[in-house]
Amino acid sequence: MFLWLRRSYQVVFLLFFLFLVLASTSIFIRSYDVQWFLELDPLVALTTALASGTLHKALWWSLPLIVLTLVFGRFFCSWMCPMGVLHHLLGHLGRKRKVLDRMKQNLPRPSHKIKYAILAVMLGLAAAGSVQIGLLDPIASTWRGLSTSFLPAASNTAYGLYQGERHFQWGTLITIVFFGALALNFVYPRFYCRVLCPLGALLGLLSKFSLFRISKDPSKCNDCDVCGADCQGAADPQGTVRATECMVCLNCTKGCKRGGIAYRFLPALKLSKTSTDLSRRKWITAGIAGVVAVPLARASDGVDPRPNPARIRPPGAHDEPDFLSKCLKCDACMKVCPTGGLQPALLEAGIEGFWSPILIPRIGYCEHSCTLCGQICPTGAIRHLKVADKIGNMPEKPPTRIGSAFFDKGRCLPWGYGTECIVCEEVCPTSHKAIYFKLDTITTRDGKQKTLKFPYVDLDHCTGCGICENRCPVVDRAGVRVSAANESRTPKSSMSLTGGRI
Amino acid sequence: MSDSDQKGNGDIVPEARLRDVGANRASDKERPRDEDRRTVLRVGVTTAMAAGAVALGLGLRAREGHGKSKTLPKVKDHRVAKVAGAVEMAIVRGPDAAANVRRAVEAVGGMGRFVKRGERVVIKPNIGWNRLPEQAANTNPEVVAEVVRLVAAAGAGKIWVTDVSVNTAEQCFARSGIEKAARAAGAIVVRPEATAFREVDVAGKLLRTGDVLYPFVDADRVINVPVVKQHSLSGATMALKNWYGVLGGQRVKLHQNIHLSIVDLAAMMKPTLTIMDATRILLANGPTGGSLADVKQMDTIAVGTDEVALDAFGAGLLGLSPGDLGFIIEGMKAGLGTSDWRSLKTEELGG
Repeated sequence: MFLWLRRSYQVVFLLFFLFLVLASTSIFIRSYDVQWFLELDPLVALTTALASGTLHKALWWSLPLIVLTLVFGRFFCSWMCPMGVLHHLLGHLGRKRKVLDRMKQNLPRPSHKIKYAILAVMLGLAAAGSVQIGLLDPIASTWRGLSTSFLPAASNTAYGLYQGERHFQWGTLITIVFFGALALNFVYPRFYCRVLCPLGALLGLLSKFSLFRISKDPSKCNDCDVCGADCQGAADPQGTVRATECMVCLNCTKGCKRGGIAYRFLPALKLSKTSTDLSRRKWITAGIAGVVAVPLARASDGVDPRPNPARIRPPGAHDEPDFLSKCLKCDACMKVCPTGGLQPALLEAGIEGFWSPILIPRIGYCEHSCTLCGQICPTGAIRHLKVADKIGNMPEKPPTRIGSAFFDKGRCLPWGYGTECIVCEEVCPTSHKAIYFKLDTITTRDGKQKTLKFPYVDLDHCTGCGICENRCPVVDRAGVRVSAANESRTPKSSMSLTGGRI
Repeated sequence: MSDSDQKGNGDIVPEARLRDVGANRASDKERPRDEDRRTVLRVGVTTAMAAGAVALGLGLRAREGHGKSKTLPKVKDHRVAKVAGAVEMAIVRGPDAAANVRRAVEAVGGMGRFVKRGERVVIKPNIGWNRLPEQAANTNPEVVAEVVRLVAAAGAGKIWVTDVSVNTAEQCFARSGIEKAARAAGAIVVRPEATAFREVDVAGKLLRTGDVLYPFVDADRVINVPVVKQHSLSGATMALKNWYGVLGGQRVKLHQNIHLSIVDLAAMMKPTLTIMDATRILLANGPTGGSLADVKQMDTIAVGTDEVALDAFGAGLLGLSPGDLGFIIEGMKAGLGTSDWRSLKTEELGG
């Protein structure tokens, strides 16, 4: 009966997760808390709090999960985790047929402690100010895999019926990592959960203190070892149950016909094992490796020494070091962006900013009055701006700038070819328009006089939204392009003395 | 020793093979017909596969000029016959935009003159921008809703409301208030999704082909419901310029010859009726606007079948002279109407 209860929970939570991902579009989102699963994740709360020194308020949602894990053990993996459910299902790909083979397949292996080393490295990175957890965290990974790999492919195949055409730069890498993790079930069931998952590792650590545990009743057990045949966590129920690995899937209780193994309140301590098998020396080394990796990485690329012009952050993004101390790379902002312009960075933001969001205006621009990326961001890496704060009210109140537009006069139609155009000025959403024109008369090749409109940029009004670059009729590389210069999140990026920020 | 070990022994295997071959020979004599049948079958299968491959190759061979002969559909002429002595243009001023629409349409003969029972009608407001109604960058939603109600009352079989937005369509349709108002009034709102376009023959002086939203290809009647705005390149955007919004594709290229492009599109569309919204007009920073300081409350609706005349009237509201607007001059040359709107039989009603 409890197995059916577990399966129902798994189905419900997987469907709920899918629903939340699907609902994160500009039409459906309204003010729903669609990012709830990401806020629930204790690892997200822990790493962003370590890195930024503050706990974004919505991340309090992780506290109930922490408390429940302390009481019931690592149940999250087998009852709630959407990626866990997928792995549970796909585990059947690598599942052996014979009971004896399955018992061997599900024995604890030395490799299962790798996840604790990964967790230690991630915590070390976070302590040094860099949140990289989203690369491997199951909630962030599943969100990213669905948002920027699976759903765009499905929607594009269906003529963009769901969210219009969507393309993500080098989404192939996201596809390989996401589906690669699922394919690891061919090696043995739940390979990712057992070997790699850092959230599983964190919940495993908490389970050392759990009050309810799976335990054997030595008086009833005849050591047939069948309980281990379908153990999801390779928690060794046939030996001494490992509280850190047990995912409370309850499969072992089904296998035992004698009632020799059960989920009990406060079983004798000697009936379960709580060691992670990772030696203290390795824990500490891995943690230090994480801490040291940050200055090493920054000695190479740095966070800000040579800003990349393509590193155009979403409106409301914090200053780069703060941003990197919070951004999960979960791709929720990219999913909800109505134009699809927010894209996973490759190297535009250095190695630390890999897969963090940047705007690529040629793909999609930033809607003037839209603040959805800040609304959905689960960690507050992008602040949820009020529309009035985003668009400002010049000259009293400057807008939130994410960059500014520059003309490439060799490619711009009026400047380069003496052709009438001015589309950039037409679509410019600010009032007054940041792109304006002056009339000028030129002499054409055949000696005739021609008067036409030549576009210019007013730096004080330009928000860097990129609609000019997006709509420029010059195909491939536009005649007007946006770079991150003059973004308002830091005075360092400012080129203009207006506003007096040095 | 196990079986597998014996099989691996080099001495035993060739002998076994020889024995097998001998056995086959013996069976040849016993069943020659089987062997013949098998030969015929094998030759037959190979021949069929070869023939199939050749046929497939020939069938898929790219033919010279393939696809060039395809004839594109044209947009229909949506106009209705003129009635001698009828009012040609009505201008109504008053505080209630919906009432202005009703009175103006009544003055030119009522909606029943333009839409017959069962006809499919598409209504084309300007839903170009992600702006609120007060910012006057889109047609007033109350005006659109009233037009939908009048068309419904005339017994239309199907009523579409659509436009190709410049900003993200779903946000434009929502924030303009038009989607909600038009749906509530009973229209089918068509968002410009990728699947909603049909390629048509524009047959213009400048433009040859273009992708047009399907209601404009399918409809029997078309009603243009533009808003009056300043526009940086063309000078103004009103009735004629509103036809940019039927097009998808790379329409930003049209700006290189904006006046002829406008006239080509208007000549293609030949609308049944134009209901021009000057409830609020945008005087500067058009066509996007944004600042309420650039918006002027005019509380005016102008209705007619001559888009050039209506644009000439609208130009006056913006403080422009019709002679300054290239598309009005080109529109007259193309025979789309007259800029001297006062020469038409006009009725002006105050509020």
